[in-house]
Amino acid sequence: MPRSTESIPVKQLRKIPTGIGGFDEITGGGLPQGRPTLIAGGPGSGKTLFGMEFLVRGARDFMSFEEKDTDLVENFSSLGFDLDDLAASNKLALDYVHIERSEILETGEFDLEGLFVRLGFAIDSIGAKRVVLDTIEALFSGFPNEGVLRAEVRRLFRWLKDRGVTAVITCERGNGTLTRHGLEEYVSDCVIFLDHRMIEQVATRRLRIIKYRGTSHGTNEYPFLIDEGGIYVLPITSIGLIHKASTERISSGVPRLDTMLGGEGYFRGSNILITGTAGTGKTSLAAHFANSACSRGERCLYLAFEESESQILRNMRSIGVDLKPWLDNGLLHFHATRPTIFGLEMHLVSMNKLVRDFKPSVVIMDPISNLVSVGSTLEVKSALMRFIDGLKTEGITALFTCLIAWQHQDLTEIGVSSLMDTWITVREIESNGERNRGLYVIKSRGMAHSNQVREFVLSSDGVRLVDVYVGPGGVLTGAARLTQESKDRQEENERAEEIERKTREFEARKLSVEAQVGAMMAELSAREKELKKAVEEEDERKRSLDRQRSEIARQRHSDQVTIRRVE
Amino acid sequence: MASSGNNRPAVSGEEECQDRPKSECRYELRLYVAGQTPRSMEAFANLKKICEEHLNGRYSIEVIDLLENPRLAKGDQILAIPTLVRRLPEPVRKIIGTLADTERVLVGLDVRPRRP
Repeated sequence: MPRSTESIPVKQLRKIPTGIGGFDEITGGGLPQGRPTLIAGGPGSGKTLFGMEFLVRGARDFMSFEEKDTDLVENFSSLGFDLDDLAASNKLALDYVHIERSEILETGEFDLEGLFVRLGFAIDSIGAKRVVLDTIEALFSGFPNEGVLRAEVRRLFRWLKDRGVTAVITCERGNGTLTRHGLEEYVSDCVIFLDHRMIEQVATRRLRIIKYRGTSHGTNEYPFLIDEGGIYVLPITSIGLIHKASTERISSGVPRLDTMLGGEGYFRGSNILITGTAGTGKTSLAAHFANSACSRGERCLYLAFEESESQILRNMRSIGVDLKPWLDNGLLHFHATRPTIFGLEMHLVSMNKLVRDFKPSVVIMDPISNLVSVGSTLEVKSALMRFIDGLKTEGITALFTCLIAWQHQDLTEIGVSSLMDTWITVREIESNGERNRGLYVIKSRGMAHSNQVREFVLSSDGVRLVDVYVGPGGVLTGAARLTQESKDRQEENERAEEIERKTREFEARKLSVEAQVGAMMAELSAREKELKKAVEEEDERKRSLDRQRSEIARQRHSDQVTIRRVE
Repeated sequence: MASSGNNRPAVSGEEECQDRPKSECRYELRLYVAGQTPRSMEAFANLKKICEEHLNGRYSIEVIDLLENPRLAKGDQILAIPTLVRRLPEPVRKIIGTLADTERVLVGLDVRPRRP
């Protein structure tokens, strides 16, 4: 028997994107197409909004059991959804189903065929592909016979599936169970649970996918946000460390700091932490960085948790950093909030949304230490970690400032330093009745950074880094450094004069010695000449003597003539 | 119910009957069904019987088949089938089901006063 080698194609469940920010990412594409999805949640958890946004973003047909059509139009116009307009152009049909139990008397068997007829009619009238029923709870409260209702709800889910519409059905959460009647979650293919809970007086919205037949899905609770743009779900926390490391360097905005950081500044896409005690100039460094990013034409998002936009602008102008032009041309965006206005998760969601909307290449959070007021240290760390991961994946450079206590200058309050690529600390050096600032690069991954401390001076021309005085008297800064430096200069001058004097002395001595040497040489040569003359005379005398001798001998006729040669 | 409008030429319900006793009022009734299901037939038969026995010609019955006129379901907020709607006298009342319990139907229609 021939065996088929072809693998059976895995049929992927078809999904349709909801258009709800972040939701499609955690579900891997949206809601199951042509199937009913149940949205469960307590009051005010955002069920209706979820349903409505699902429709409007894609969008057809809404059946409301709770809110009147006119109320819906009003409620959603505040979120920028123009339902009237959609309804007028036959893209949306709203049907308000009113059930008043006191008006209804039951005598004998019945079913909910009327609902099906209405729903079918509404779907056909605009050719709806998406249907929302909000909320199914109203049916249960409107009709007395629960047995019939359970059967009918079951039939409704099946019917919706047969019609091939993608349906969202909302229901209320039960007491200890997911839904009040313990039925809907079993007949739907996808169940999403919305939660709105209070933790230490701060409200946090969370979303969880309870089940999703035929596909894998994230199982965690995802915080979400409802703002003027609708729902925004914080996407999946990064699964692994997969972000690419850039080798591009960007300036910190302070030339000498760039020099300290291997000569070129920060790595693009890295995280920078600036810690320091109060008033050490963390914000100033941040502003310099923002300024340099904007002057390169990059977009910068400034998340301020302590100061307002205008306060930062004013203060930075006093040190010669004018951020106003960048603000005007849209390169710089300030987002100033009090940390306590919402929970940590909400901050995370809103920050993510800002990053997503504004698409900055540089993000500044000033300061992160304030976030501790809305969460425990551990929570802040995990939230920041997720935020940082998100930024890293996008290749966004992030600068965080963090206030630290005077006593623990090497500890960050939140324990995030291990997450950071570059850690710069600005420390106060107190001596001789004044406080000065010293800047250290504690770490900077992947570059040969300076181990030197620099004095950090804030002037009207911005941040300047000055070499500190390191000498036998220790590290000196500020006025003490200046005094020491002038003292040094004076000593140096004195030493230089001394050497000059010695040089002159030597020159004079050299001259006199040379003169003496000259004189002696002259005498020597005079003697040499004298000596030569004496030798010549002697030779002459010897030669004439020889001549005389031979003359005498010749005259005596001597047989032997001896001529002695004289040299 | 192929003939959807099964109006009886009874006393029309146009007159006001707020001040009069209910026994003198004219009843304008609508029965909503969806196709000729056994349940719908039963409801219609029951209704007809009750009206003939207790309303004595002071009624009109309009049968609406939602399969033919689905848009009419919205007006009376019909969900359950079959639903009997008492249009007149006011206020509007709804009775759902096959109308098998005559006593309950009469109470629901206010033909017979509610008794404990």
